[in-house]
Amino acid sequence: MKHHLILLMAAKLMIPPILLFALYVQFHGDYGPGGGFQAGVIFASAFILYGLVFGLDELRRVAPLSAVTKLMAAGWGLYIGVGYAGVATGGMFLDYGRLSSDPIAGQHTGIFLVELGVGMAVASTMLAIYQCFAAHQSRELTDDEW
Amino acid sequence: MIRQHLAILQVMLPMLCAPLCVFARRPVIAWLIATAATLFALAGSFILFAQALNAGVISYHLGGWAPPWGIEFRLDAANSFVLIIVSLVGAVCMIYGRDSIPREIKSSDQPLFYTMMMLCFSGMLGVTSTGDAFNLFVFLEIFSLSSYVLVAMGAGSDRRALTAAFTYLLLGTIGATFFVIGLGFIYVLTGTLNMADIAVRIAGMSGSGTLHVGFAFIIVGIGLKLAIFPLHLWLPNAYTHAPSVVTALLAGTSTKVALYALLRMLYTVFSPDLPFEALILHYLFLPLGLTAVFVASIIALFQSDVKRLLAWSSIAQSGYFLLGVSFANIGGLTATLVHMFNHAIMKSSLFLAVGCVVYRTGSCSVASFRGLGQKMPWTMSAFVIGGLSMIGVPATVGFVSKWYLVLAALERGWWPVAFAIVAGSLLALFYFGRVIEAAYLQPSPENSAVTEAPVSMLAPLWALTISCLALGINSELTVSTARAAAEALLAPHAGLPAHMGP
Repeated sequence: MKHHLILLMAAKLMIPPILLFALYVQFHGDYGPGGGFQAGVIFASAFILYGLVFGLDELRRVAPLSAVTKLMAAGWGLYIGVGYAGVATGGMFLDYGRLSSDPIAGQHTGIFLVELGVGMAVASTMLAIYQCFAAHQSRELTDDEW
Repeated sequence: MIRQHLAILQVMLPMLCAPLCVFARRPVIAWLIATAATLFALAGSFILFAQALNAGVISYHLGGWAPPWGIEFRLDAANSFVLIIVSLVGAVCMIYGRDSIPREIKSSDQPLFYTMMMLCFSGMLGVTSTGDAFNLFVFLEIFSLSSYVLVAMGAGSDRRALTAAFTYLLLGTIGATFFVIGLGFIYVLTGTLNMADIAVRIAGMSGSGTLHVGFAFIIVGIGLKLAIFPLHLWLPNAYTHAPSVVTALLAGTSTKVALYALLRMLYTVFSPDLPFEALILHYLFLPLGLTAVFVASIIALFQSDVKRLLAWSSIAQSGYFLLGVSFANIGGLTATLVHMFNHAIMKSSLFLAVGCVVYRTGSCSVASFRGLGQKMPWTMSAFVIGGLSMIGVPATVGFVSKWYLVLAALERGWWPVAFAIVAGSLLALFYFGRVIEAAYLQPSPENSAVTEAPVSMLAPLWALTISCLALGINSELTVSTARAAAEALLAPHAGLPAHMGP
């Protein structure tokens, strides 16, 4: 790996700011441009860069596919959970206003949690897609399979 | 409280169970979660239907935002009727899946398979429940995307499932794109996405070119999902190579949901009174429906694979749906809705019977059916009853459908069409006859050790078969509910709040 020294160093320098920027896009999404989708993709791109430079096995150690799948489901569950919270607090499904005594603060909390769920789901989906494609080894189809 | 939120819960409980299935460590737990969710949805849809029929339209405002600004779930007799179809077939398929799925999907993939089943199921219920045209598109995509995955999961036993799923993905995505483009035109014109609100606003715009273009895009988009005759190319391969349970679920529900979306667009959002729609119904749907019935039935005659034969028969049946729609009267609409319910029951029971054969013999070619009449008497007698029903023999639900279709054709005075409906049924006699002849009149291959399928698979299969006979003998129940549903489709303004009225 010695001859990839520049790549390795550049990746090591880049990954922390990328992760930080992803978190900024995630949490600043309700004031400026951004939100869960964009943040999720940026967050995953840091891991994908890590995988490209350090190899798939190393990426699998950091973000195993089974954990990524669970994170995907957790993000998705969080979104639906916020929906159910509206019902549980006596309002309609997805009624964020009920999440706090002040409806505006409640709307804020609701959209914040929903975007967090979206971010988790999108980041883990990107990672899962990358890992599946990178691990794919093509196999010739035999005649009788057509 | 559950009662008050039932309209959303029966869509969102399966949606919540989908991520739960990912966390299930053992496949059987995922199966339990998924089955419980479908049974809940089944019970819920019956309650909702009774409520919509007796107490009028149910309107649920998501997030507490009033329509037309917010998303509304709007349940009347028509879509709660479709909810019953979807959740009934879904529940039967899930119960059947306990033994069938482990045979066709490897155990590490099973929790994810149930996740996809739940997503597909909840997407279909969502399409049916929503009163918002864009929300309908979102749910349509949820159920389509998950059904592409479900079809691809047939790759465990046959890798051709992958190409089938890819074709389905391409054509389904084109359909979805067309639908959303059409919706864009309508939105430009009306500034609203609530279906009841659109119906009010386009009433005086029948001359608008934008409306015509939007209408055309929407019809072609839904047509791809529904596999209307020239847009059906994805269907035979997808049905043939998908796992048995998935085929039964998709054949019984996905085209029905697409048909519901088509009916909702044609009769509630747009109206057959609009001159351009009347033209399309008469000069496009009628000939396409007739062509579908004959061309697809003739192709079905030459299939050597029973699943593919049934898939072509489904395309022929979508021709009958188009015929019923093209009559543009309450009789035709009732016939279409009756046939929607009946076809869901009989086609699912046929695919479940084929699933039993695949479970025991590992193949679904006509040749592998030889001698099964003796070896698997319960499976094959259910198949015969389903087949007779598809042909339209009296005392089965198929007869009721054909009867009302013929009546509706005669009501319009279209004798040749009525004759064609009967002739199309005769073709079904020939293609089912081939399979039944192989099963009962040909000897089974030497040293075959095939035995009857397990009771856990026969029980759901026979539940459908018995309802196929019972509702065929006493058709009052389905016909009266279908008539109420047809009337609800033709009354877009019923139960609208004052600020949305015409």
